[in-house]
Amino acid sequence: METLWPQLEPLLARVQKPARYIGCEDGALSPNPGPRDVRWLLLYPDTYEIGLPNQGLQILYELINERPDAIAERSYAPWVDMEAELRRARLPLFSLESHSPAAAFDVLAFNLSAELVFTNLLNCVDLAGVPVRAEQRRPEHPLVIAGGHCTYNPEPLADFVDAFVIGDGEEVVAEITEVLHEWKASGRSEGSRAAVLRRLASVPGVYVPSMYEVTYDGPRLVAVTPRYPDVPAVVEKRTITDLGAWPYPKHQLVPMTEVVHDRLNVEIFRGCTRGCRFCQAGMITRPVRERPAAQVRQMVSDGLARTGYDEVTLTSLSSADYSGIDQVVDGIINDPACGGQVSVSLPSLRVDAFTVGIASQIQKVRRTGLTFAPEAGTWRMRQVINKLITEEDLYGAVDSAYSQGWRRIKLYFLTGLPTETDADTMGIAELARNCVAIGRRHNKSASATVSLGGFVPKPQTPFQWFGQETVAGLARRIGMLRDATRRDKGIQLRWHDPKATLAEGIASRGDRRIGAVIEDVWRAGGTFQEWTEHFDLTRWSDAMARHGLSIDWYVHRERDRDELMPWAHISAGLHADFLWQEWEDARSMHVTPDCRWTPCYDCGACTEYGLEHVVASTVPPAGGSQGTGQDLSRGGAGGGGPVPVLLRTGPR
Amino acid sequence: MKVRIRFSKLGKIRWTSHRDVARMWERAFRRLQLPLAYSEGFSPRPKVSFGLALPTGHESQAEYLDVEFAPGAEIDIEELLPRLSPALPQGVDATGAVAIEPGTPSLQEAVTLSTWRFAAVWPDRSPGRGATLVASLLEAPELVVPRFRKGEEVLEDVRPGILSLRVLGDEEIPSDYLSEGAVAPGNGGLTDGLWLEADLAAQPRSLRPTDVVRALGPEASERYVRRLNQWISRDGARWEPVAALPDATDAPQAFGRAS
Repeated sequence: METLWPQLEPLLARVQKPARYIGCEDGALSPNPGPRDVRWLLLYPDTYEIGLPNQGLQILYELINERPDAIAERSYAPWVDMEAELRRARLPLFSLESHSPAAAFDVLAFNLSAELVFTNLLNCVDLAGVPVRAEQRRPEHPLVIAGGHCTYNPEPLADFVDAFVIGDGEEVVAEITEVLHEWKASGRSEGSRAAVLRRLASVPGVYVPSMYEVTYDGPRLVAVTPRYPDVPAVVEKRTITDLGAWPYPKHQLVPMTEVVHDRLNVEIFRGCTRGCRFCQAGMITRPVRERPAAQVRQMVSDGLARTGYDEVTLTSLSSADYSGIDQVVDGIINDPACGGQVSVSLPSLRVDAFTVGIASQIQKVRRTGLTFAPEAGTWRMRQVINKLITEEDLYGAVDSAYSQGWRRIKLYFLTGLPTETDADTMGIAELARNCVAIGRRHNKSASATVSLGGFVPKPQTPFQWFGQETVAGLARRIGMLRDATRRDKGIQLRWHDPKATLAEGIASRGDRRIGAVIEDVWRAGGTFQEWTEHFDLTRWSDAMARHGLSIDWYVHRERDRDELMPWAHISAGLHADFLWQEWEDARSMHVTPDCRWTPCYDCGACTEYGLEHVVASTVPPAGGSQGTGQDLSRGGAGGGGPVPVLLRTGPR
Repeated sequence: MKVRIRFSKLGKIRWTSHRDVARMWERAFRRLQLPLAYSEGFSPRPKVSFGLALPTGHESQAEYLDVEFAPGAEIDIEELLPRLSPALPQGVDATGAVAIEPGTPSLQEAVTLSTWRFAAVWPDRSPGRGATLVASLLEAPELVVPRFRKGEEVLEDVRPGILSLRVLGDEEIPSDYLSEGAVAPGNGGLTDGLWLEADLAAQPRSLRPTDVVRALGPEASERYVRRLNQWISRDGARWEPVAALPDATDAPQAFGRAS
């Protein structure tokens, strides 16, 4: 492909962190596509430092490049200084491998992991020289595709994205490539764009918004109807049944410059069954699919030897839940091939002493901080959100952490949760104070950092009906906590800007009419909205007003049971009844146990698709309630004996 | 045992920083499972020290590092050298290595000057203007230019640090610049500037081509900057830091003073 490198290079002397734009990573490929090969450009619509480590993008990068009939290159959102240089020099967005123009690819495929990057997607499409509105694209333009967690409500981006991919991408990327191959072979003639989109619409897991008619009655959504008989009324997510069949990435990219998570990452399981009602990831990625322990060890030792990293993260939504996690960790740190210099980290630490024990084993050095996420300040509130950490769990974990040499802990909380009272909010201060008091028994300088996030209700969760707290309401709660902890020298309070929480709320549960708002925010210069220095709520509120849309209606209004949700035609397998029951249970403080250790309550994620959990052990892990609120020594809420889960089976 | 290694940094990789290069080497040493010595303390680091920092965006044929191996480790340098480049990113290649005695002064202390080749370009170049500017620069008793030190702009006389400066010409881009990933290919020559070569002092403070170009006037800018050599000099003699190596004696572009 035609390289822009000679024109791009003079710009690099004028921008911050030029290494963002050179590629050159270890593990990067230099594909040389034939004229018939399908050319994918995989894009992460955020900075290189945040996008490069993304594992989903790296998995697809390898899978596509393994095919004989397709190639993939990568691109990330250029920072504002580079964007200005590109626009001034009239140069387009480019790929990092061959520095080819983005529009020379057949498909621009975006990974969407957060709503506040939506405007960056528009900016990247525009920088590519492709019309931002899907309806204005011509046969010579690449297709614009998006995947990732945000596609469980694709509607706010329906005007800009030709096709969305719902769920795991490993299998469907091959099916899409085959459809694109035919399109390309046909010469991409006039009218072929509609035809290829129609064909994509019948690939399971692919949602093509232009194939659906949306009708409203005033502000209310009335129906989303397929325009053609071969287009499915509901798009079901894709799920890979056996993570062990997909040992990717095999050659994790090692960047030449600093990025976040700059270490080896090995995914140890996908899915989570704890059932936290606020957590979209936990709802949409069910069931649990563990990677076999032997494969984990192999991927770790191969990965360390190949990359030269001395640190590995075992990734998942709750890594301490992996069957036999202690043995796997032990195996890695005592592996003679690793020379005893390897450190292991587990994200999303569970709150209990068992987990702290593992943490102390793997962080023999650098005991600076340990993070726990109780999410709410009182047991009442934690029952509502189904994050079933008892105070004994938390204090036991905290005592264990401080006694083993940690001097500071970090506590993550949400505020603005359903039914939250002032007493619940103030419970956060009390918990933090008690933690510091426990720490002071071990160390006079013990401290706790409290991080407060404003809660945004997410689609496909039991809280999708909830009316989000206002900016003023969140600010009041933050202010209460600031006043309450002002005199506590051991507590540092940090919080997210409630205004950014509001913008996230607009984008999260919006319908297609929000597309015009996203476009306006982008046109007003609103890129990198998750970066404080580039965020300005007035761009969002002005755009809402300009289009006659009510923030109150979209964000703060509680929905009723009968309301048709904008994402109702996208399915993660979860029964609507299950989600509603969970919403009712939340408000009456009824808890739902972790279905991994207790009998199935039929949320739909397994039964709808004929799936089962794939785990390596039928025995619940040792030590306390494991943050489940249950007595696991008796086999969880079911009581007695091994828990009924299936061992590594495929679909029924 | 301590080993001094010479390496190059050419092509796209030159847009990485000095710190980035340090990390590349740490990963390479771990990949090769070499028995490095580690520092004491909470956060042990391998004992690797780098010489003069190379500004981001500049190429070099002569970068150096000193690496200390664990006590008792026997390293065969002839065997080690060819294994290094395959463990390093494209554009970074190890080109020489020598064992150094305990107590050898560090690179930072020992290196006294570097030889650089670079282009100075002007937006409106008239024939002969560059050469005139260079000549008047060399005649000036002092050249006070703004420099950035620790993030602050200070005025400094850079003339004493310019040990030599000569005009190479303005026509051709040397052919080795046109290798894969190097500067703009297809360019028949500099249309807007001229090639310069300079010996710039590394002591007491390291002078860079950027400072020389700034002294040529506010409109001049630098391009294609490449460090050709670093030198240790004493009593009128000079040698490159891996001088014990046979190929080091015919190190590229070993010019004498030109002014």
